[in-house]
Amino acid sequence: MVETHGGPTVAEQAVIWRRLVGARIRADWQYRTSFITFMVSQFVAGFLDIVAIVILFSNVDRLAGWSVAEVALLYGTSNLSFALSDVFVSEAEFAAHHIRAGSFDRFLLRPVGPLLLLCGQEFALRRAGKVVQSVLVLAVALTQVPVDWDLPKAAMVVTMVAVGFVIFGGLWVLTSSIAFWAVEAREVANSVTYGGNFVTHYPLEIFSGWLRRLVTVVPLAFVSYQPTLWVLGRRDPHGSPAWFAFAGPLVALATVLVARAVWFSGIRHYRSTGS
Amino acid sequence: MAHVGGAPLSLYWAVARRSFRRYSTYRGATFAGAFTNTVFGFIQAYVLLAVFRRRDTIGGLDVVDAVTFTFVTQGLLAIVAAFGPLELADRITSGDVVSDLYRPLDLQSWWLAQDIGRAGFQLMFRGIPPFAVGAVAFHLRLPAGPSVWAGFAVSLSLALAVGFAWRFAMSLSAFWLLEVRGLVQLMGLVFMFFAGFILPLPFFPPALRDVANVLPFAAVVELPVEVFLSKHRALPDLLGVVAHQAAWLAVLVGTGRVVMVRAWRRVVVQGG
Repeated sequence: MVETHGGPTVAEQAVIWRRLVGARIRADWQYRTSFITFMVSQFVAGFLDIVAIVILFSNVDRLAGWSVAEVALLYGTSNLSFALSDVFVSEAEFAAHHIRAGSFDRFLLRPVGPLLLLCGQEFALRRAGKVVQSVLVLAVALTQVPVDWDLPKAAMVVTMVAVGFVIFGGLWVLTSSIAFWAVEAREVANSVTYGGNFVTHYPLEIFSGWLRRLVTVVPLAFVSYQPTLWVLGRRDPHGSPAWFAFAGPLVALATVLVARAVWFSGIRHYRSTGS
Repeated sequence: MAHVGGAPLSLYWAVARRSFRRYSTYRGATFAGAFTNTVFGFIQAYVLLAVFRRRDTIGGLDVVDAVTFTFVTQGLLAIVAAFGPLELADRITSGDVVSDLYRPLDLQSWWLAQDIGRAGFQLMFRGIPPFAVGAVAFHLRLPAGPSVWAGFAVSLSLALAVGFAWRFAMSLSAFWLLEVRGLVQLMGLVFMFFAGFILPLPFFPPALRDVANVLPFAAVVELPVEVFLSKHRALPDLLGVVAHQAAWLAVLVGTGRVVMVRAWRRVVVQGG
């Protein structure tokens, strides 16, 4: 958020966000059937992803040397990160809708940052359906993988979910900023966000060289794959350095800084459609 | 001149052409969509390549079949529009559907004409590009000869019609539910899964395969793609596939009409 003179403090912003979210939840609850079917469909969407993985493993016992439980750990952590970013940050993509409709001006005239306002106003609790599903898969995976759990490994799992959340959040903001320059081309963002979610379900070593290098830069490799290698005691057959497993927090910070810079540059670039 | 629902066929043709033109104005969105389909095709293709490192064939598909399957289905995604309801659902929610009822034509055919125009546009600009890009990067298989191409054209046309009939019937549920997006999204997921979008149906274990076989969705994706892969080259075999699709088309169009007639009785025009 921009710090402006006389602008709201962080605590005040948190209160504003909570009020906006509360209002949205009450509004959505008025259409109960729709709310519940949406939430169920979010749950089912995630569920079918893991069913697809299980079906693949009904045809082969291992995928690039990974067992189904190990892939489920990868899936559970990365999908939980993505689902959390979907609940709290994906609202940024509504910028495209407001830019096209000419209503984005309103977000710039309020005394809180436009991103906070978007994330509060477009909040949808139904997206939490995917969080529930991811937690269930992760819980099963944690008990099935051949790992002797100790404190550092448990801490790594928690950290990777948090880091993944921040990285995906950064990617939502970064890709939503496309709309400031090309409002129609916004769907390209889906290949980074939803495509990123899909890529991180699988061990990155199955992808070809250029794609692996791309996701190391983007930096989806740090969402789950690198820390999971460390938790499972595996090595990347393509020889990425072992310290990559611990680079997550720094990479997440870098992602946020880049996303922040691009978002604000987009806002400076913004010209209202007028009316 | 042949008439449908009291209107000449030329009218529906004009509707289809204008629908095609309407979609052609969203160039940026079309490019973005084709780009996203291509990216998903690549990711899925690498997953399948890893699977086929351990197996030579799965359910009669070899690795080239499976990767081809992926890029054909990514191309089909926008064409059969599995995700969305028809615009009809919005018009029911907003009440605009009333002006559709004034028109001296058959409503189901009118929406079909619109959908044909849309699908025609998507076929060229969303269907072919992901396949073409995929063919540069991977070894893909084309239909083995003109008769397979012809079979694919018939099977794909029926697939579009079945997909339309399904979405028409779904959209009419807005008369009862008013807000259908949640239901449509949920049904869209079931559709995608059992149609073979997420994984080719031959990968499925027998129990799930049985479920897929009694649902209409395989007729929209799995069957035309199998025809494309030259899996139904013998004429009786191909006719069996086409008959299966035609049967579902008849069932879903019939259901749509029954629901439509019941829905009209529910229309209450607000205000005046």
